[in-house]
Amino acid sequence: MGNALIIAEYKDGKLKKGSRAAFAFAREYTQKNGGAFHVLVIGHNVTDVAEQCRRFGAEKVWQADAEGLGPYLAESWAQVVAQVAGDSQAELVGATATALAKDLLPRVAAKLDAGMASDIMGIDDNGYFLRPVWAGNAVVAAEITSPVKVVTVRGTEFEPAPEGEPGGELAPVTVNVDLGALKKRFVRFEEVKSERPELTEAAIIISGGRGTKGEEGFKLVEQLADLLGAAVGATRAAVDAGWVPNDLQVGQTGKVVAPDLYVAVGISGAIQHLAGMKGSKTIVAINKDEEAPIFSVADYGLVADLFKAVPEMVEEIKKAKA
Amino acid sequence: MKILVTVKRVTDPDVKVKVKSDGTGVVTDGIDYKVNPFDEIAVEEALRIKEKAGGEVVVASIGPAEATKEIRSALAMGAERGILVTTDQPLDPGVVARVLAKLVEEEKPDLILMGKQAVDGDNNQTGQMLAELLGVGQACFASKVELADDGGKATVTREVDGGFDVVEVDLPAVITADLRLNEPRYASLPGIMKAKKKPIKEVTLDSLGVDTNRKVVWHTFSEPPVRQAGIMVPDVPTLVAKLRDEAKVI
Repeated sequence: MGNALIIAEYKDGKLKKGSRAAFAFAREYTQKNGGAFHVLVIGHNVTDVAEQCRRFGAEKVWQADAEGLGPYLAESWAQVVAQVAGDSQAELVGATATALAKDLLPRVAAKLDAGMASDIMGIDDNGYFLRPVWAGNAVVAAEITSPVKVVTVRGTEFEPAPEGEPGGELAPVTVNVDLGALKKRFVRFEEVKSERPELTEAAIIISGGRGTKGEEGFKLVEQLADLLGAAVGATRAAVDAGWVPNDLQVGQTGKVVAPDLYVAVGISGAIQHLAGMKGSKTIVAINKDEEAPIFSVADYGLVADLFKAVPEMVEEIKKAKA
Repeated sequence: MKILVTVKRVTDPDVKVKVKSDGTGVVTDGIDYKVNPFDEIAVEEALRIKEKAGGEVVVASIGPAEATKEIRSALAMGAERGILVTTDQPLDPGVVARVLAKLVEEEKPDLILMGKQAVDGDNNQTGQMLAELLGVGQACFASKVELADDGGKATVTREVDGGFDVVEVDLPAVITADLRLNEPRYASLPGIMKAKKKPIKEVTLDSLGVDTNRKVVWHTFSEPPVRQAGIMVPDVPTLVAKLRDEAKVI
């Protein structure tokens, strides 16, 4: 039986919590299918990250550390992943479905002549990968017939692997990538700074849609979010209108989230948006249109003008907290 | 500048599909087909580049004979000609990438523009796979594309987690469009008339000599977990009380 190799992601020298969903999946996969769970860390000066990765039950943590691997490029990283997939005798290569993984892993699959399943939610009894299609309105059982299987793992479907004592062997990778031959160069990263928690890691999300009518309305959403220590989300309409940055988009093509509490403010509930949030534990919808489809997925619906209801909510919660 | 842009025929993205009762697929009866919205953005970007730098936009699609309709709608927007690879068999992104690689080999475009994903299969794989097969650079999830004056490279802004990643990629390259790249134009009436006379070359999938063996095979379809409908609350104080005492989330 082959092993499962998971690519870890990190930011500012810290392993991203999201990667632990793919770790959990790989542990489950190898427990069922045999083989061992391995982790791969790619970058420059990533010894700290590799050390952190030893705490999640991996048999081996591969560290591909070279100056030219510093800023992520699909072209260089795919070569490293393909190389280590061979070295680690991986039958499964995967990562949590982030923007980076979505960019990188199809290229890896093509390199390994492997089939790939995106955004998987689990495995059925036949060993087929369950994944959402048509904006999550159907789930298909996808069989990968190639010897190596590539997957991205939907972060909201797996409890993050628990952190334990460090274990597992650290294995340095001799990197054989000719960076001069790459046909792409990293220019810069324009960070969108925010004091709020990340969407995919927040316990509470307050999201705004077209009904907020603009930045003024979104201020109310943000006010409520800050009171609850929540992340701010948005619909495509709100992002397209330029009221909020694009990485706040929740939906089929944005982020898929499943917080404990999701409050949809002035959101009608287009299928593309529902695809990204209907796995949330508790959903609240505030909309003045009682016919809005968002109410069909809401645990608590309130038909009201958000410009009155949200400030009132802020006051009520302040009172309740006092 | 010669640009190859891909369009996929997909079910209307604004219609919620249902799973067939026998689990063999989704119900498509009575649903309109459209150009995949991300591909429409790719077509628009190709046209804008052509209008600035000159050249030709070639539209490619793979699918049933009916997909000429989707190619025509790209031609009506302003593309020059189309290629339809006809097949009724199910494909996976790997097969599609190999077919496109074959078309690239024949057409030798300076740039390949695609949507980042199709809204039916939601795979988000084909562009990246094509770039690897061609041995060229990829710039996926593009929200801005700037071509160098000499046409030798492009600076692309990519939408990623936490911000924007800016890369410079040598041409030819594969660029995949994200939502914010542009606002696609509507075809004008003269554009629609002209498109009727523009050439679409049809070739069968089997005639291309490409490996059409899938590595991903779809089996049973099922409904996603359904949420129980909740309750309506009359006012804000009730809502806050419910969240505190019943759901215990605040």
